[in-house]
Amino acid sequence: MRESKPNGPGAGPGPPCPDQVLENVLENVLQFLTCRRDRNAASLVCKSWYRAEAMTRSELFIGNCYAVAPGRATARFHRITAVVIKGKPRFADFGLMPINWGAHSTRWLTAFAGAYPFLEKIYLKRMSVTDDDLGLIANSFSCLKELTLVCCEGFGTSGLAVLACKSRQLRVLDLFEDEVNDDEVDWISCFPESGTCLESLSFDCVECPINFAALERLLGGSPNLKKLRLNRFVSIGQLYHLMIRAPQITHLGTGSFSPSEITQQAEQELDYRAAFTACKSLVCLSGFREIAPEYLPAILPVCANLTSLNLSYANINAEQLRSVICYCHNLQTFWVLDTVGDEGLQAVAATCKDLRELRVFPVDPREDSEGFVSEVGLLAISEGCRMLQSILYFCQRMTNAAVTATSKNCPELVVFRLCIMGRHRPDHLTNEPMDEGFGAIVMNCKKLTRLAVSGLLTDKAFDYIGKYGKLVRTLSVAFAGDTDMALKYVLEGCPNLLKLEVRDSPFGDSVLRAGLPHFYSMRFLWMSACRLTLPACGEIAKEMPHLVVEVFTSGTEPVHDEDEFVDTSYMYRSLEGPRDDAPEYVRIL
Amino acid sequence: MEVGPKMEETELSLGLGLGLPGGGSGGGGVGEMVVKSSGVGNKRGFSETVDLKLNLTTTNSNSSAKDKTVTSPPLDLMKNDHKAEDVSSKITADPARPPAKAQVVGWPPVRSYRKNVLAVQKSAGGSEDETEKSGGATLVKVSMDGAPYLRKVDLKLYGSYQDLSDALGKMFSSFTLGNYGAQGMIDFMNESKLMGLLNGSDYVPTYEDKDGDWMLVGDVPWGMFVESCKRLRIMKGKEAAGLAPRAMEKCKNRS
Repeated sequence: MRESKPNGPGAGPGPPCPDQVLENVLENVLQFLTCRRDRNAASLVCKSWYRAEAMTRSELFIGNCYAVAPGRATARFHRITAVVIKGKPRFADFGLMPINWGAHSTRWLTAFAGAYPFLEKIYLKRMSVTDDDLGLIANSFSCLKELTLVCCEGFGTSGLAVLACKSRQLRVLDLFEDEVNDDEVDWISCFPESGTCLESLSFDCVECPINFAALERLLGGSPNLKKLRLNRFVSIGQLYHLMIRAPQITHLGTGSFSPSEITQQAEQELDYRAAFTACKSLVCLSGFREIAPEYLPAILPVCANLTSLNLSYANINAEQLRSVICYCHNLQTFWVLDTVGDEGLQAVAATCKDLRELRVFPVDPREDSEGFVSEVGLLAISEGCRMLQSILYFCQRMTNAAVTATSKNCPELVVFRLCIMGRHRPDHLTNEPMDEGFGAIVMNCKKLTRLAVSGLLTDKAFDYIGKYGKLVRTLSVAFAGDTDMALKYVLEGCPNLLKLEVRDSPFGDSVLRAGLPHFYSMRFLWMSACRLTLPACGEIAKEMPHLVVEVFTSGTEPVHDEDEFVDTSYMYRSLEGPRDDAPEYVRIL
Repeated sequence: MEVGPKMEETELSLGLGLGLPGGGSGGGGVGEMVVKSSGVGNKRGFSETVDLKLNLTTTNSNSSAKDKTVTSPPLDLMKNDHKAEDVSSKITADPARPPAKAQVVGWPPVRSYRKNVLAVQKSAGGSEDETEKSGGATLVKVSMDGAPYLRKVDLKLYGSYQDLSDALGKMFSSFTLGNYGAQGMIDFMNESKLMGLLNGSDYVPTYEDKDGDWMLVGDVPWGMFVESCKRLRIMKGKEAAGLAPRAMEKCKNRS
């Protein structure tokens, strides 16, 4: 509550003036607003609302770390307890960005250390995080409860050691798909011997052996631990010993799920089923990094309770999958490798009636690999799992019919990402482009916000997207389209378009002109291996002062003026203008 | 062109007499590469090594196939050149002419993290190898004498010695490249120049090859190097000098 202004010298405090009453009320009301879009809207009402909203916002979300400077954020919001920052665009995951492009966390962390010393949660995605940054986190935020790093790189086990040692209040340390350097440091031993308040520890992406004895001790000293995701250097026998110590576990990443070569004999004799039986609260299972399939049945006791199962690193066949999936009738999230084939997916469709999210990954992630799933699997899934909201499907063969059927069977779809791995592949039965299938998706799935297209596509597909994809926020395009009209349809037709990522498609400069009125309402536009010229990109940069236009190649070769087309142009809205931390080979126009 | 022992931050020509006749390449642009010839198994004499002009601060990759001065078609040297393949796919992005079977960078869109995991699974034996090599990744451990940490690199991510050298430079920030560094191939035939180079450098990258021998990085074309490298070690130039005679021996025996 604010203090009211005194009426005059010597007088006691008078009644609060109406403005302040309003602001106080507003603050009390606004603190219940959690959705950031609602908050953004509220802050635009008037100055009073702006201030009140700024005072009550507790979570800071930065969708693009270069869109705004740390200082601007910390000046506006004073009571932040949780931050989310995203850095590189998604195509960075596929090697399309040069080394050292940016997204350095240091600047942000330093600003937060000064402005929000009592920060409780930090979530970084696709940011560059160094060991020093982790040290900064450990030393600056004594109240830090949760640290989550997703798809980050630049740090190693030495940074983790500092965190483990110094972040005494840490409840959540989640590392998901990060690239972690092996500094040959025993970071697990660095957690305090006296015990921790850890509730979640996820290190499945850490590609280094760990000190198992230390891990056991850690578990012993962490009675609140509910989520544990081990890396592949934990054998199944070791997993057993951990599970019997922590039967309260709800989320388990099982590590390698195979015996180690040395202790194979002893490990074979353990009663794994009993260990799983004891874990009565287990709802989420993942890992299986080097699975020995004969051990899979050990999970049977928990199948009925599972809501999430990630077998996407497990090379198993349909038969092996069927034996466990038939008990998983509560499954909502399922990730799997295509080795299970269409048959395996049929088994999923038969049982998992409540499935919301399906991801099918290729065991052989090469363009000309043999695909093990096809339209048959997709069709089966769509017929069996009507509640699906999110599909990611890698295949080599697909038909418009199956995609269309999916659009009708699964009207709740919010995310549809189909990746036909062979480039420019048409419907393999009719030999037609995949336009009609994707058209049906945008037509029938009225809640769709995220779409990734593939296969042979003409401008027609994009015409459909522009006409019907009114809620689409993220669109990924690769090796598709015939003319610039395709992207024009999308830019002009999709009012909610936030992120457009395009590669290897014949779109040229006129697309940029068409997109001009929309770029400020988008977070970014990525176009690589298209037909954009340097001068055209330069013109856009000139006309749009709040748009940063970067051009670069995927390596460290700089952009040459005389090149016909730019390799990659990445443009994003920003309040700050060109950044000062770009490497030399990244040109900012 | 002799280059002094101090690391120059501007253009470096690889010493050791690699300034080939006409190999100045006009001397103008940085990052130009002239591939004279490079059949695998040919005796790599003086005139057949690659002339690289390198700029250490702005990195000019020698692997760009867009480089207009490439006079001969990319041969084995370009085998692992992602950019070459990427460019070829870009040129034929027209759906009417589907590109050849060359792999394209970043397609299918599977995260390198996942690719590496699957690649590790493929290589037989679950225990961690020093090299985990398969369709996906060629991960090798990199250690540097005196540095408290190890790193791993995926050699397939780089198209040339220059790219690798850049990456190593970033990983080991105190790693100072001598004139040699990992900037290109060395002329092993000229012993005195080689020794001069090694004695003058701070650190020199070496690698363990398939036979278990420790070799100096840069003795073979990039593609061959990726195939045979099992582990990298960045050691002091003076220590590496001990490897030179053996490396030369091996080089002679190869041709």
